[in-house]
Amino acid sequence: MNASTSSRRSMLDRIRTRPLDSNPLPTVNPSRMTTYSDPVQKFVEILGTVGGQAHIIDRPEQIGETLNAIEVFTNARRIASLVPEAIQGDVDPSCFDDPHGLASLDWVVAPGEFIVAENGAIWVDGRSLPHRVLLFIPQYLALVVSRSQVVNHMHEAYARIGTPTTNFGVFVSGPSKTADIEQSLVLGAHGCRTLQVFLLP
Amino acid sequence: MKLPIVDHPTAARPFVTNPKRSPWHDKALWFVRSKRDKQAKGVSEWEHLRELASEIKTHTVANLADYLEKFEQAATNLGATVHWAADAAEHNEIVLKILRRHETLRIVKSKSMLTEECGLNHFLENNGIEVVDTDLGERIVQLRDETPSHIVLPAIHIKKEEVGETFHQHLGTEKGASDPKYLTEAARQHLRNKFLLGEVGITGVNFAIAETGGIVVCTNEGNADLGVSLPKVHIACMGIEKLIPRFQDLSVFTRLLARSATGQPITTYTSHFHGPRDPDSELHIVLVDNGRTRLRGNSEFRDSLNCIRCGACMNTCPVYRRSGGHSYHATVPGPIGSVLSPTRDAKSYKSLPYACSLCGSCTDVCPVKIPLHHQLLAWRKELVGRGLLPVSKRVSMRFASMLFQRPRLFAVAGKCGRTALRVLPHWMTHNRLNTWTIARELPSPPRESFREWYGRNRNDD
Repeated sequence: MNASTSSRRSMLDRIRTRPLDSNPLPTVNPSRMTTYSDPVQKFVEILGTVGGQAHIIDRPEQIGETLNAIEVFTNARRIASLVPEAIQGDVDPSCFDDPHGLASLDWVVAPGEFIVAENGAIWVDGRSLPHRVLLFIPQYLALVVSRSQVVNHMHEAYARIGTPTTNFGVFVSGPSKTADIEQSLVLGAHGCRTLQVFLLP
Repeated sequence: MKLPIVDHPTAARPFVTNPKRSPWHDKALWFVRSKRDKQAKGVSEWEHLRELASEIKTHTVANLADYLEKFEQAATNLGATVHWAADAAEHNEIVLKILRRHETLRIVKSKSMLTEECGLNHFLENNGIEVVDTDLGERIVQLRDETPSHIVLPAIHIKKEEVGETFHQHLGTEKGASDPKYLTEAARQHLRNKFLLGEVGITGVNFAIAETGGIVVCTNEGNADLGVSLPKVHIACMGIEKLIPRFQDLSVFTRLLARSATGQPITTYTSHFHGPRDPDSELHIVLVDNGRTRLRGNSEFRDSLNCIRCGACMNTCPVYRRSGGHSYHATVPGPIGSVLSPTRDAKSYKSLPYACSLCGSCTDVCPVKIPLHHQLLAWRKELVGRGLLPVSKRVSMRFASMLFQRPRLFAVAGKCGRTALRVLPHWMTHNRLNTWTIARELPSPPRESFREWYGRNRNDD
């Protein structure tokens, strides 16, 4: 503990003995940034390029219908749903004290807060997840978000979050992926193998 | 620790002279560079973003002490524990102490160039702790007992057949299998078990926010998230230059990072951690100096602290692309590595500022506008001043200097040179004493020098 305290002092001292002039922090002017005439369409397009699939739907029941047409969903045995109006899961993740118990989940359906047009990202607030591992451990992931909740770019996204009030939040853009073997893109590295995004009105 | 002297041309020779490997590596990286260009061109405010990023970083480095204290205060208020490490050894001790307190035997780690810089893996292994790198590329180099050759693409130098062989040995995949999809699936299964057994998760940090006390980690594989959302203890290790002042500043950097690094619009997962998961869990943040405060004091090379480790400068560098990352013998290779490494040990890394054609491409692509090729040139000046140039270069430079100071001698030397080029037989100029001509022809000499021509034609006034 003492070593760390003395290192703290020596690091801060070394910085302070060499004061540097600096300009004030710049302010980002959002009006200089690209916006889109149809940001939802842009989101759908970019999500496709990063390996995700978007579905524009009118009613939550359509989520079940769409998923039931996917083979890996109908074969799934363990499904956790945090969006009960869309689909009933057969595993209730809030019953688990230890997140390790969720390791065998096939599908998770979770809510997102808003979507970002420029990069196909969905902001997921940790508060909506009984365990944050629910986003990363299932084989397949579906996110449900209202398409009225769309921002153009990351400046609007962070302005919208404002000051973070939860201990975890993540932008998800497409399924987990890697190109570490000879630059060949493979979907499904450690996290979800596919990502379905349902865009409600 | 005394480091051996790295001679980049010698270290690069096996790679460069491999007729298959070098062009293949060159092409793979140029592909990444092209993807980056496409993304950069797709954002019309790109140059404005680079400008903003550079201003934010420069401001932060100038006021680093205040922001570090602010960060510590905010992170502590959220329930995280902040540690300060003056150097690599102290960083490693801090991590080990936390692991010992939890009686940890197995850790899962996501990619962190800082822990590579500190040599954390071997240190922990020597202390009886199993370390599993979970980034696929890092796992590949770990199983092969190598080091990453690139800061974003650790296994870019390895062919899929070699990965297949490594996985056959360690993970029991089929012999001769080289399909990236099959090999990635095998690694997924293998690492799933490791994730479930991991007792503590260690990650790097892409950005730390002074205002909120939060940290941001970016991955494509989801390995950092999986690694820290199962165990109760998360240790995040960061160099002090990872700090940014405000939460809103993330907007600038998350737009630049993945586009510059791999040509993606954003990484698949951009995770924001503010304090530990729950009252039962722990979040430790280790702030590491290891030469950074000293580098901050150096006005010539200070800008290199702005680096966000995207790797764009290596992807574009004609020398890196052909010589491979291992030829730099440094944790961070490429142009930025050639600036940073000599700041640690000028003598050991004195050849790196010369592993550069001064083409300036690195400076053009750098998302935080570090004047990389100017810094590499500045290093050469510095090395000359410190007398670290090899004798051959010192003597020839002194000779050139003498020649340029004496116009008449220069004219005579020029004449001799032109005549020599004309009359000398080929074997006299092309032999093993003259390494310059190994793959080059000498120019055909002009009949007269510019000086002679000028004297004849423009000598009126």
